[in-house]
Amino acid sequence: MKDPEHSTVEKVADHLFRHQSGKMIAVLTRIFGTHNLEMAEDVVQEAFLRAIQTWTFNQLPDNPAGWLMQVARNRAIDIIRRQQHFQQYSRELAGELERETEHTIEQFFSDAEIADSQLRMIFACCHPALKEEDQIALTLKTVSGFGITEIAHALVTSEAVIQKRLYRAKQFLKDNQIALEIPAGAELNSRLGTVYTVLYLLFNEGYNSTKADELIREDLCAEAMRLCLLLSEHKTGKQPATFALLSLMCFQASRFESRVDENNSIILLQHQDRSTWNKPLIEKGYQLLNLSSQGNALTVYHLESAIAAEHCLAPTFEATNWSRMLQLYDMLLEQKQTPMVMLNRAIVLSQLNETITAIEEIWLIDDIDHLLTTHYIFSAVLGELYWQTGDEHNARKFLQQAHELTTSLAEKKLIEGKVIAIDKTKMN
Amino acid sequence: MKDFMFIFSGAPQQYEFSPEQAQKHMQNWFSWVEELKGKNIYVSGEALLPAGKTVKGKKALVTDGPFAESKELVGGFFIIKANSIEEATEIAKSSPDLPYEGSVEVREVMKF
Repeated sequence: MKDPEHSTVEKVADHLFRHQSGKMIAVLTRIFGTHNLEMAEDVVQEAFLRAIQTWTFNQLPDNPAGWLMQVARNRAIDIIRRQQHFQQYSRELAGELERETEHTIEQFFSDAEIADSQLRMIFACCHPALKEEDQIALTLKTVSGFGITEIAHALVTSEAVIQKRLYRAKQFLKDNQIALEIPAGAELNSRLGTVYTVLYLLFNEGYNSTKADELIREDLCAEAMRLCLLLSEHKTGKQPATFALLSLMCFQASRFESRVDENNSIILLQHQDRSTWNKPLIEKGYQLLNLSSQGNALTVYHLESAIAAEHCLAPTFEATNWSRMLQLYDMLLEQKQTPMVMLNRAIVLSQLNETITAIEEIWLIDDIDHLLTTHYIFSAVLGELYWQTGDEHNARKFLQQAHELTTSLAEKKLIEGKVIAIDKTKMN
Repeated sequence: MKDFMFIFSGAPQQYEFSPEQAQKHMQNWFSWVEELKGKNIYVSGEALLPAGKTVKGKKALVTDGPFAESKELVGGFFIIKANSIEEATEIAKSSPDLPYEGSVEVREVMKF
């Protein structure tokens, strides 16, 4: 009988299956070809079922990850062997060919080749000819090992929609015979750019979505960071922009826990308890930002990370170096003239006591009338700025508009708080 | 206390698990075995590989498995201790495979 002291529930590392799934699918797809992606998925599914069955009746193997990989490897050799017709030739040649096949397949399963295959898989999933939404779904399914239900949940959509996206993406890989390869030469930079966009979107989906529940959002952010880390550790992915993106994620993630309160209400940066920010992550962010400064590239990720770093550097919101912030936003605006960047720049202006200019700048945003009636954040910020200038009428008007637009209870509460504050000042 | 055999069959062969669900399912099995061990009623358990052979009849005719539909395929067994078949059956009700259409056959081990 086992000593009860030692009879702890056998523990498998968190997300082991998910992470192994990505590795196994990458290696198997490299062996079978992207047109056989489903075959790879079946082999992986089989390996998990085998693991459930054998591990639970017996003991956990010493190296669960290696065990799974071994099952996948054996199955791959099995499948390839079955489809080759060695027996048609002399027994000697058949034996020779069989050994060679086995040896060749074996080589795909070294650690270095596994990492390489994963990167190739990321490039295939983030193929520039795919729609963004399809890239994200396929990456989550294939590289990250998310199930369809989990993807639907994370992206706040239905399983049918995800299934459609996955089908479309897989069909594209098949029809166009997309090979699992790492782009080289001039193509590499633009292909890396697409990968960055997907990872950035993935992270933001987890960080900013207010609809999905907290657990799955954290999963998404962690997954985006894991893939970015993977990229940064590969000789091809080790680019300044990769470090910049990863550092940006570290800075943002350091505030992950501090950005909502116990009622799941959003806490604005100025109200966050900075002592709760994750210091090791901030440290990591700085290290990566340093690494990213090698070379001449100054990408949007460099600038956004530098902005995030400024926030982390400031002991209080008031002590933020706003003029430095404005410089960074000016540079960012040159590369990324999006309404969101312009809105954030306006907020910086208001911190520099240029609230009137800030409001003017917001009205200069392209298509602002439409944005104000469709995206709560624009009316929320505009309302807030009007309030700062003492224009209670406009403040109330836009805050109420924001209140109607947001579907997030947390944000509704936040805006209600402000409207009440306006009423209070009125009464005084 | 008597010995009982739990014969597990069926699930979750045809069930589409996501990797995360698969891991969770396995964790449930670990917890269950741990619970039985904690009560000192778990004796042993083994898993069976799906492929196999059947030897049958006077001529010892050998056929390749699988012998049954995957629904009925035996996946493994436990020996556990209980006071009665009713008590053993109660224990079998917590088998983690049940939600996935698995089944447990509960049989008393004969003592000579």
